Amino acid sequence: MSVDKETVAKIAGLARIKMGDEQLESLVPELNNILGWVEQLAEVDVEGIEPMSAVIPNELRLRDDVVDADPKTAGGKRDEVLANAPAAEHGFFGVPKVIE
Amino acid sequence: MTDFTSFGVKAIRDGVAGGDFTAREVAESFNAAVASAAELNAFIVTTPDHALAAADATDAKRAKGEDLGAMGGVPIGMKDLFATHGVQTTAASHILEGFKPEYESTVSQNLWDAGAGMLGKLNLDQFAMGSSNETSAFGNVASPWKKDGTNAAMSPGGSSGGSSSAVASRIAPAATGTDTGGSIRQPAAFTGICGIKPTYGRCSRWGVVAFASSLDQAGPMANSVEDCAIMLGAMAGFDPKDATSLQMDVPDWDAALSSDLKGKKVGIPKEYRMEGTDQAILDSWEQGKAWLKDAGAEIVDISLPHTKYALPAYYIIAPAEASSNLARYDGVRYGLRDLPDGAGLQDMYAETRAAGFGDEVKRRILIGTYVLSAGFYDAYYNQAQKVRALVSRDFENAFATCDLILAPTTPTASFPLGSLNEDPLTMYLNDVFAVPASLAGLPAMSVPAGLNDDGLPLGLQLVGKPFDEQGVLNAGLAIQERAGFTAQPEKWW
Repeated sequence: MSVDKETVAKIAGLARIKMGDEQLESLVPELNNILGWVEQLAEVDVEGIEPMSAVIPNELRLRDDVVDADPKTAGGKRDEVLANAPAAEHGFFGVPKVIE
Repeated sequence: MTDFTSFGVKAIRDGVAGGDFTAREVAESFNAAVASAAELNAFIVTTPDHALAAADATDAKRAKGEDLGAMGGVPIGMKDLFATHGVQTTAASHILEGFKPEYESTVSQNLWDAGAGMLGKLNLDQFAMGSSNETSAFGNVASPWKKDGTNAAMSPGGSSGGSSSAVASRIAPAATGTDTGGSIRQPAAFTGICGIKPTYGRCSRWGVVAFASSLDQAGPMANSVEDCAIMLGAMAGFDPKDATSLQMDVPDWDAALSSDLKGKKVGIPKEYRMEGTDQAILDSWEQGKAWLKDAGAEIVDISLPHTKYALPAYYIIAPAEASSNLARYDGVRYGLRDLPDGAGLQDMYAETRAAGFGDEVKRRILIGTYVLSAGFYDAYYNQAQKVRALVSRDFENAFATCDLILAPTTPTASFPLGSLNEDPLTMYLNDVFAVPASLAGLPAMSVPAGLNDDGLPLGLQLVGKPFDEQGVLNAGLAIQERAGFTAQPEKWW
């Protein structure tokens, strides 16, 4: 499978990265080179193999079902949460108008 | 002022604890070394006051007769991927420039609790994506090493290139690194130092800027195996804030270090004899076998049949996870915002991400977005996850007949900065020997083996069973004792 300029533009749109024509064009061969190379995976016999993401035997835990179980990640942190916001207003994140 | 920059973690800790010198003297010495090494560009920001404050705290504890901790009085470099409270944390990306976390990562907090101080935040490949430290928004990092007879700046490896450069140049006795597909081991090999990636889950990922969450692991980089063992002990441990953190006791790796390998079987994977591997690397591999044999180990041939497919699987899985993880950089909550006049929310996202991310980061986000998109998910992502299972099974089968695996860390020695930029694929191939252990989550270490004919360091890699950091460190120590690697780069910075 290979991508053309239109497909790269579509992916860039999905990824929310603005790209000019020139950039899209230069990415076409770059991405095709990488995609062509990873395509060798298709030759591996994976019959009956389950896809794996957790490779080390481990159990997922449940935290205690109480409010603010870990004070470091609990509530009451509005000012800290907003401290690095590019535009914080009235205790909220400021964003451009969404509804016309 | 006495110069302490030739001292490692253990020597500093024991010297401070024994009253031979103060932690403050040590911090001042390394602060001065950092300040005079700007040409390496190893640090994005320096934090001499943090190092001094931690040193003073250690000296005060000693005056009161209190325990100084496993890293008491040791100033270290912190890879700028770890969130540090009130200190700019950028992941070497413009999109996080100026970001000052309101919290401390678990690993860095563990180190401060153990008595360490911070010399500064170390440069790296942007979002840890790169193998040469050329994708940082804050400039390339130079290795302290030069190829004999040339003056070209050499790559310190990546992504932990600031860490490797700082430790190899002795401007920091040790540094943190992170390893997603070789980012501790490859830079360690390129610069003649030690670095270990522990079993996935040993070190908490909480507060570490995420790249590919199923692969990311933190680990130490230092000039000796002992120093790595001490520092890893301080970094590791169960953390309820990381869902994949291992709920296991942390062994005292340093106390149990032993280079006696009697009864151990070391596997040599035949698939790692790849085309394009330097003869000097193959020779050092042979040498490594002889050293481990000399330490009492038995050498056995093993097969890891899916080795060839590990790297392409990695370059689907890691970008897929990255495209998801990096969706958080939206210009709303922290970091850069690029909002042209009259632009709406969607434009703001797209402009911000276009202005904030570097080319390699964009490339990987696009690859990741593509392989996860409707219609391609099964062919790419699911297939890669199945291949990952097979790579992992290869190791399981191999460990039925051996205790450890010995392989080269990289297919070549370091290369001049700028020499591999033409084609991303050539750069990716640097990690061909490192990635399989990452996919399988296994502990793996690089230790220096010697210099090639150009006077550049070469590394040997040890891969262990899950949770067997001890076995990896012990074999590393056996190599260290026999390699007698004492070469250091000539100071030019």
